Amino acid sequence: MTISLNDVKKVAKLASLRITEQEAHRYVENLQGILELAKQLKTVDIESIQPITHCIDLPQHLRVDQVTESNQRDRLQQLTEYVQSGLYCVPLVIESR
Amino acid sequence: MLNHAIDKVPGSAQIVGWQPVIGLEVHVQLLTKSKLFSGSATAYGADPNTQVCPIDLGFPGVLPVLNAEAIHMAVKFGLSIKANIPSYSVFSRKNYFYPDLPKGYQISQYEHPIVGPGQLDIITENGECKSVRITRAHLEEDAGKSLHEKLDNMSYIDLNRAGGPLLEIVTEPDLTSAKEAITYLQTLHTLVRYLKICDGNLQEGSFRCDANVSVRRKDQRQLGTRVEIKNLNSFRFIEKAIHYEIDRQIQILEDGGSISQETRLYDADKQKTRFLRSKEDAEDYRYFVDPDLCCVTLSNEYIDNIQKTLPELPHQKNQRFREDYGLSSYDASLLTNHPELADYFECIVEQKIPAKLAANWVMGELSASLNKAGFGIDQSPVPAARLATLLQRIADNTISNNIAKGIFEILWTTQKTVDEIIQAKVLQQVTDETAIIQLIDGVFAENPQQLTAYRKGKDKLYDFFFGQVMKASGGKVNPQQLNRLLKEKLNSNESL
Amino acid sequence: MRSASLHDYTLHELSIALKNKKVSSKELTSYFLARINSYDPDLNSFITITAEHAYRQAEMADAQHKKGTAGPLTGIPIAHKDIFCTNYIKTSCASKMLDNFIAPYDASLVNALNQAGAVLLGKTNMDEFAMGSSNETSFYGPSKNPWDLTRVPGGSSGGSSAAVAARLVPAATATDTGGSIRQPAAFCNLTGLKPTYGRVSRYGLIAFASSLDQAGPITQTAEDAALLMNVMAGFDEKDSSSVNEPVPDYTRSLNDSIQGLSIGLPKEYFSSDLDPHVAAILETAIKQYERLGARVKTVSLPNCHLAIPLYYIIASAECSSNLARYDGIRYGYRCSNPLNLCDLYERTRAEGFGEEVKRRLLMGTYVLSAGYYDAYYLRAQKIRSLIMQEFKEAFQQVDILLGPTTPTTAFKLGEKIRDPISMYLSDIYTSAINLAGLPALSIPAGFIDGLPFGMQLISPPFTEGKLLNVAHRYQQVTDWHKKLPKGF
Repeated sequence: MTISLNDVKKVAKLASLRITEQEAHRYVENLQGILELAKQLKTVDIESIQPITHCIDLPQHLRVDQVTESNQRDRLQQLTEYVQSGLYCVPLVIESR
Repeated sequence: MLNHAIDKVPGSAQIVGWQPVIGLEVHVQLLTKSKLFSGSATAYGADPNTQVCPIDLGFPGVLPVLNAEAIHMAVKFGLSIKANIPSYSVFSRKNYFYPDLPKGYQISQYEHPIVGPGQLDIITENGECKSVRITRAHLEEDAGKSLHEKLDNMSYIDLNRAGGPLLEIVTEPDLTSAKEAITYLQTLHTLVRYLKICDGNLQEGSFRCDANVSVRRKDQRQLGTRVEIKNLNSFRFIEKAIHYEIDRQIQILEDGGSISQETRLYDADKQKTRFLRSKEDAEDYRYFVDPDLCCVTLSNEYIDNIQKTLPELPHQKNQRFREDYGLSSYDASLLTNHPELADYFECIVEQKIPAKLAANWVMGELSASLNKAGFGIDQSPVPAARLATLLQRIADNTISNNIAKGIFEILWTTQKTVDEIIQAKVLQQVTDETAIIQLIDGVFAENPQQLTAYRKGKDKLYDFFFGQVMKASGGKVNPQQLNRLLKEKLNSNESL
Repeated sequence: MRSASLHDYTLHELSIALKNKKVSSKELTSYFLARINSYDPDLNSFITITAEHAYRQAEMADAQHKKGTAGPLTGIPIAHKDIFCTNYIKTSCASKMLDNFIAPYDASLVNALNQAGAVLLGKTNMDEFAMGSSNETSFYGPSKNPWDLTRVPGGSSGGSSAAVAARLVPAATATDTGGSIRQPAAFCNLTGLKPTYGRVSRYGLIAFASSLDQAGPITQTAEDAALLMNVMAGFDEKDSSSVNEPVPDYTRSLNDSIQGLSIGLPKEYFSSDLDPHVAAILETAIKQYERLGARVKTVSLPNCHLAIPLYYIIASAECSSNLARYDGIRYGYRCSNPLNLCDLYERTRAEGFGEEVKRRLLMGTYVLSAGYYDAYYLRAQKIRSLIMQEFKEAFQQVDILLGPTTPTTAFKLGEKIRDPISMYLSDIYTSAINLAGLPALSIPAGFIDGLPFGMQLISPPFTEGKLLNVAHRYQQVTDWHKKLPKGF
């Protein structure tokens, strides 16, 4: 499988990363290199194998339903200057979800 | 030319020969105290960003831990719709960028949802029972809220809701009309409130609906292209939106056009759906199993325990009300639509009050007063036991229904007992026949012309006499007795 | 106390000295801070030095020693890799993206070490977002190898390694996703342990690849690592991937006899391609073990050559999702004057992230995207279970696996940075272990042309005690680990 310049540009968009034309060319080369390595994976017979989601048998880990956090707004909002009246500010969102 | 028909009353387009096909997705906000993956509070209406912690904000290094109660509630729901509860369920990440999604992905469920296929039975317009198939229900975290200020060219984000627990319930495209869709939604709405997993407050956003609408010719097997409609936050809007959309699609198809797969928004002001984005622009969410979370494995014992503790479900209560109390289908439905109302009603009936009397009062005077004051039933100044004492006095003929209404108003605003009020105002019904006859005689004496006119054939004057006796007694005469005695006296040829 | 300088002492020896009141924590703190001041400009192993904080902690530690309530780590100076969130202290992950980030909470591991009385001297340099094998992708410039300042200390935990190697601090914490503790430990003549996945809490460890990341110690000796592991290991309810396995006293089993220990040599690690110097070092080590009573056996890990592509597919997929939160909205770098929302996201991320990070974000997004998910990511997760199975089968035949940690000694600065693939291939012996979630460590085993070379020991899940024991016994009969780089 080869990765094209267009693939890289599409993927950059998906990853919300602005890349220049020059960078795109460079990344195509890099990613192609990794995919070359990945070719070996195709030779493996995976017919009857289940994908694993965790490398250890993770036991059930649940939390009791109780409120353990208090209002930390002042403290946490010190980490950005882009707040107003307790709200985070971003450029106008045009498209609704 | 196209828009003509659609701008008319919704549902007016010619749908003969066309079959609407509707599937619904409802996001139910679960009533847990804390969020799905963090210990932040979930209460509605807090100041912006005061119910968020580093986990909700997607700070570097934080990790999610699953809320046990959310699982419990999801399983309760699954069992109430007779769904398969798989013993193994996983969380996956749905990746996309949006300012109200702090981590840049939503923790949701893709493969292996917590609730498998089930069904919800609804009563259609013609009184028939229809099983609506539910494809699945899964848990996912909520996103925050944004306020868009065009004037500033800014959007403002409140993440209080981010990380809140949602149960997304998806139906198969089994619904065939807007009305049916609403019936399904109302049935589901009642169910989640019965299960106490959701407060069903549409205005506050705890019960959100998206509709998938398509149409096909009646003889067509294949489904038509479906359109998703979002931003539906009241049952009224949902019905209108679906109607509009069905009409819109039929118009296009009848004119030889085709439907594009797209997402539309319902515009409540214009009462139309409008284009939001096409499905081709749809995001690639790159789902993969979330490595930060364990798989959810549920033992048979766990599931059985929840099954045992399921409350009486709405359709079960409805049936019981009809069978045990002889209530009409209409009355039973109205009462059982609200679990608190049903409980209130039963509390009264347990005091040996006739069911029909109790039902009338709960659906009538009580509900009207609650609505007027903007109270929920739990805020009623007249609890069930107290109303029962009032209804007891109607049942034993101490007072008439009309008088009781007046007493109810006093109960609403004071702490007096029913008997105290009756004594104080000497409100006992006049049931003594002699007394009633005396009152009738009195009225006849004062209105000789009307009496003559009646005897000459003016039957309508009966109401006049009835009213006059009632008035003379200060409303205390027992109406049934008055009716009988008045008729006797009027129709006798006695002359005074 | 022997009359050598304080920096010649292992953590264990310092602990005894503190206990016996031969030295105070305040003295140790100022001693090591002075060393950092002198030597770090050449090494660039620290991003942030927390002198004030350290003195406050040292004072409390000394008070505890006075009261007699001190533990083995009370008053011991350490450093944290700048990937662990430290409350009120800058936590940058060596990225422009977090250059202005003051963490609002402590990682669970940081909290545990604070509770144990350790004194934090500073946050160490690393590859940006832990992506790299040379510490050259750091926003704050590369760290240097104290053994040869023209060479890399390894990565991504290059700073922790360089700092301990130059004895600017007796020990440091680090993380390992594909070899990031073991490889720098090998390049710098140190003991680096990557515990079993789930052994040490990941809460507060800035995530790179969630199913592979694990925190561990970089120390001078296995004994020191045991002391740190006693505090670092343990169940954490804030981390759903944390395992509730009891923590033994790792120091107790250090001196256990290894008579009859069965050591497996994966034949794929000992192929004829192996550098003859490396082969010689390993042969000597193996003989050492045989003299200690161990038996050696050849085993096979037939699919281990697939580890690199598997690792890069899985790690980049997970990181592409883990790094989606960096958008400048709630914290971190934010581009100036964004034209619109799209510009905010795209430019913040383009300007905030370095090239290697971007490369992996693109790779990860690609392998998860529609049309490629099955071919790459899903396939990788399936083959991963094959790798796990192979190790399981090997451990049915032997107790421990032994092999080289890296194919070469430390390479020169700038040598591989322009060729990402060659950089990735240096993880050839280490990345399979992360895929399988196994514990492994690297210990000094010799020198090639004056540069340290490390050997890797791998054991079954939750047998860190055995691993440290096997390493300790070796360190009792060799002195590679005692050698210090010249000029420090």
